[in-house]
Amino acid sequence: MPISFSNQEIMETIRMIEMEHLDIRTITMGISLRDCAHSDIKIMNRKIFEKIVRLAQNLVAVGEELERSYGIPIINKRISVTPISLIAEGLPKEEYLQLAQTLDRAAREVGVNFLGGFSALVHKGFTNGDRNLIDTIPEALACTERVCSSVNVATTKSGINMDAVGKMGYIIKETAQLTADKEGIGCAKLVVFCNVPEDNPFMAGAFHGIGEPEAVINIGVSGPGVILNAVRKNPQADLGTLAEIIKKTAFKVTRMGELVGRAASKKLGVPFGIVDLSLAPTPSIGDSVAEILEAMGLESCGTHGTTAALALLNDAVKKGGAMASSYVGGLSGAFIPVSEDAGMINAVERGSLSLEKLEAMTCVCSVGLDMIAIPGDTSPETIAAIIADEVAIGVINNKTTAVRVIPVPGKKVGDYVEFGGLLGRAPVMPVSHFKSDGFIRRGGRIPAPIQALTN
Amino acid sequence: MSQRVIVTVFGKDKVGIIAGVTSVLAECNANILDISQTILQEFLTMIMIVDISKCRVDLATLQKRLDEKGQELGVKITAQHEEIFDFMHRI
Repeated sequence: MPISFSNQEIMETIRMIEMEHLDIRTITMGISLRDCAHSDIKIMNRKIFEKIVRLAQNLVAVGEELERSYGIPIINKRISVTPISLIAEGLPKEEYLQLAQTLDRAAREVGVNFLGGFSALVHKGFTNGDRNLIDTIPEALACTERVCSSVNVATTKSGINMDAVGKMGYIIKETAQLTADKEGIGCAKLVVFCNVPEDNPFMAGAFHGIGEPEAVINIGVSGPGVILNAVRKNPQADLGTLAEIIKKTAFKVTRMGELVGRAASKKLGVPFGIVDLSLAPTPSIGDSVAEILEAMGLESCGTHGTTAALALLNDAVKKGGAMASSYVGGLSGAFIPVSEDAGMINAVERGSLSLEKLEAMTCVCSVGLDMIAIPGDTSPETIAAIIADEVAIGVINNKTTAVRVIPVPGKKVGDYVEFGGLLGRAPVMPVSHFKSDGFIRRGGRIPAPIQALTN
Repeated sequence: MSQRVIVTVFGKDKVGIIAGVTSVLAECNANILDISQTILQEFLTMIMIVDISKCRVDLATLQKRLDEKGQELGVKITAQHEEIFDFMHRI
């Protein structure tokens, strides 16, 4: 077989990995737990633990092997499971906590740092099991280390369950209180969704959807640094040309994910699901989505023009990635978490980026209000109202949106919170001091919009 | 998986880099199929295509030995399966 690539191409790949932080962000094994449901909690715990360990025992080792042979860092190896509310229905409320602990134990046993799926889907209404699960979330996140939780409160087809939105305001507050000794870190493991994707490999919102197979391998790729470098190298390019450059770069980045995903699926004997072609930042310098926007010609992320720049970036990434992989899914697009992105943190410090601008930006990017620290005394109703605004954007625009805010106990605007590692650090951002209580307390369900009538 | 790896070497040029790297490969019975090098502003960039089908050690061990040699010579050595380059740049 002849060599089909040039030295320049080899150098380009090495540069992307060594200098521009290109990585496979996550290999996530989705595991169905539907066959583990049982009326006896002891049996159910055993079945869940055994199934996860049996399927995922080689996940970390295979990840490390691929990392070595391809020379590409694979940052996280993780697991997502069937939303626990679906399989725990019928159990008494006190037993939900045991399930969370079993998941934590299984995650520890196979060596993954997070396991997602302590989740409920309540966009149209609650079952008794959903209520039990949601009520258990604060304690579950406080007494486990690796379990992540998500709740879907709205879809374009069903509208917004405002009772759930209101409740999540309280759940987030309680989660922050129960993990107050660690700056409310429990909230970093809890996402409220609209139009949640069932094959998302990224935590904290990952779970194994009900339309998914028995087990599946999903890959999340990321390379903000690579895109940043491509943008910086073309300071004179007009925006059409720039979109083209980003597209080509995103293609290359995604190919890497496709290759690793297929190899991992073969080695683990588990079907390959999707590549999530996202730009997910890390707190390192040069691995920031905000810096890409600034490299496009904005003085500081959050200024006028930021939403347009983000729209261009997000779309170009999707277009480039779509051709690189046959199965694209998950959230796909640019993530804009504040605490995990050095450029976003700087922009908040400079005063150019506010919660309002972030909300506007979420209309054109992949997730939503992500990893934002807010004052510890923010009321549950205000948090619920922030959620309501964000999911409304998702419902009306037929897209996924999410909220992951942390009301940091005891902290005020201007203070800092340190989560460490990939979760980063964040300045506490101001929220409106005008109340939204009357609106949230009405409850009920906001009807599905006219966009829902597509049949 | 293909049995060919791409070995790259970067670093400040000095006497003995190629000898050092190729001796590690020879000790492990890894066959060099192609080799090219350039020197840009005192920095050496070397790219080798290496067949490891008859290699005495597994890839992880080879990488470890190359890494140790790289530290000794003050250069950065990587060894990656060729698939990653092929997959990334070719449709």
